[in-house]
Amino acid sequence: MTDTTTTRPFTAASFDQYIAEGKLMASRCADCGALNLPPRAICPKCHSETLEWVETGGKGRLAGFTVVYIAPTFMIEQGYGRDKPYVSGIVELDEGVKVSARITGVDAAQPETIKVGSPVSVEFIETGEGEGRKVALAFKVE
Amino acid sequence: MPINKLPRGVAIVGAGMSKFGAFPDKNGRDLFVEAYKEMTRSVDKGLDPSAIECFYLGNFSSDLFERQGHTAPLLADAVGLTPIPAARVENACASGATALRQGVIAIASGLYDVVLVGGAEKMTNLPTADVTDTLATAADVPFEIAAGFTFPGFYAAIATAYMARYGMKPEHLMNVAIKNHDNGALNPKAQFGVTIQKWMEGRVAAALKKGKPAPAWSDIWDFLHDDSANPMVAWPLRLFDCSPITDGASAVLLVAEERVREFTDHPIRILGSAQASDAALHDRADLTSLPAAKLAASRAYEMAGVTPKDIRIAEVHDCFTIAEVVASEDIDFFAPGEGFKAAEDGMTAREGAKPINTSGGLKSKGHPVGASGVAQAVEVWKQMRVEAGERQVPGDVPLAMTHNVGATGSTCVVHIYERRD
Repeated sequence: MTDTTTTRPFTAASFDQYIAEGKLMASRCADCGALNLPPRAICPKCHSETLEWVETGGKGRLAGFTVVYIAPTFMIEQGYGRDKPYVSGIVELDEGVKVSARITGVDAAQPETIKVGSPVSVEFIETGEGEGRKVALAFKVE
Repeated sequence: MPINKLPRGVAIVGAGMSKFGAFPDKNGRDLFVEAYKEMTRSVDKGLDPSAIECFYLGNFSSDLFERQGHTAPLLADAVGLTPIPAARVENACASGATALRQGVIAIASGLYDVVLVGGAEKMTNLPTADVTDTLATAADVPFEIAAGFTFPGFYAAIATAYMARYGMKPEHLMNVAIKNHDNGALNPKAQFGVTIQKWMEGRVAAALKKGKPAPAWSDIWDFLHDDSANPMVAWPLRLFDCSPITDGASAVLLVAEERVREFTDHPIRILGSAQASDAALHDRADLTSLPAAKLAASRAYEMAGVTPKDIRIAEVHDCFTIAEVVASEDIDFFAPGEGFKAAEDGMTAREGAKPINTSGGLKSKGHPVGASGVAQAVEVWKQMRVEAGERQVPGDVPLAMTHNVGATGSTCVVHIYERRD
């Protein structure tokens, strides 16, 4: 049986599929060892085409964030906006790579209490069911 | 990497722009015609349009904003320039300067002598949520937008990282908005050509006219801290930290060095033209600076053979107030962490040592995405030729710079200009 964990193509669809399975996966270059998130099919550091999927530890620190009041349509459809702002941020993982994600475990009404540098751990936000099920990458401030 | 010099001199000999604003009865093509007409009138010795050999257009998303693709030949036709080659250049908010750079390259290559560069964007047809979604296509959609980011949100995240590192407060950013509105108030082409003081007074007058109680703002700082007057968009950025949604167009005429005198005795030469690319915001080591901007600026300085202290004025990409602070450091006007203090101290005001965004910037002049990069060159043209009217900076402007950014710095284009009559 094929091990689908290691043979999936290095595409956004594969990344999303992993997220839906509750895994935050990065690509690692088999030649120079560089880790990349989002995953790359070609190593941006040494241009090798030999890469492998690796699961990250899911721990890191908040590098920057915002509380969004003027939301994009897909977030408005989930009930967010002026009266219900939400937090998005950029997290630097312990492995040294960064990723954009929703940020939870903070009070969006008090942005000044949210601190850059706070330790965070990965979680996954599920919305919808069946065909409409979606899983968003998030990090919870510990 | 060695810095290539332009193998052939290139100069701007004409420049113009439409009024920036919201124009329900004008499409992008109509606005470009306005810009083109003003450009032709600005050519000192007159322009025979049949001299124009090629056209590059900066436009981000006429497809989504106006449901109109294939824009360049349509605009060329609107000003009577077909059958010359016309090409649209798309690099998000840096589309304009990227088109300008393509024009420079086309002349420097020797292929053409006379090239028209335009920028146009018609944004106000769509409701705000749809504009937000359209602008979001300039980001790395599957990896950034899925996280709920918007463009104000990205720059807000840059602001939080900058605040954490350098001790800046959100209030510091208001200095940028106040200064740019002060400049824009003197620019008849600006969308919001009014000072924040006048804006506030207008709100009070409007309330009284409606028989409502007048808001009790003690001064503009009080006004800017009021959630009802200056609502939060993406913390820490409020409405007055953000450039508006704008319709507008701009145009410049580029000519090869040896033919400049056919058009004008007061050309503005392009000494440096540099561009760099980068990954999405989260894929950078540091969030407090745009590496592509630093690289483009340093290459432009090297190509021009000048240093930051030689540059008299700069038009930088202030899509958000924090973007101007970061830009002022990336182009090496100020050291990292000093940009917000320079804005507070008035160094970037018209009378300051390093005037930035004398036009009012994207903040006050308006930000019709694809037109902005070319409109920056229009402002530099006016200031260098002492044609900027009330907003003219004191003294000579022998050297100037423009800095145009796409997305959060996935593209940055920097040009350096010289006046040498």
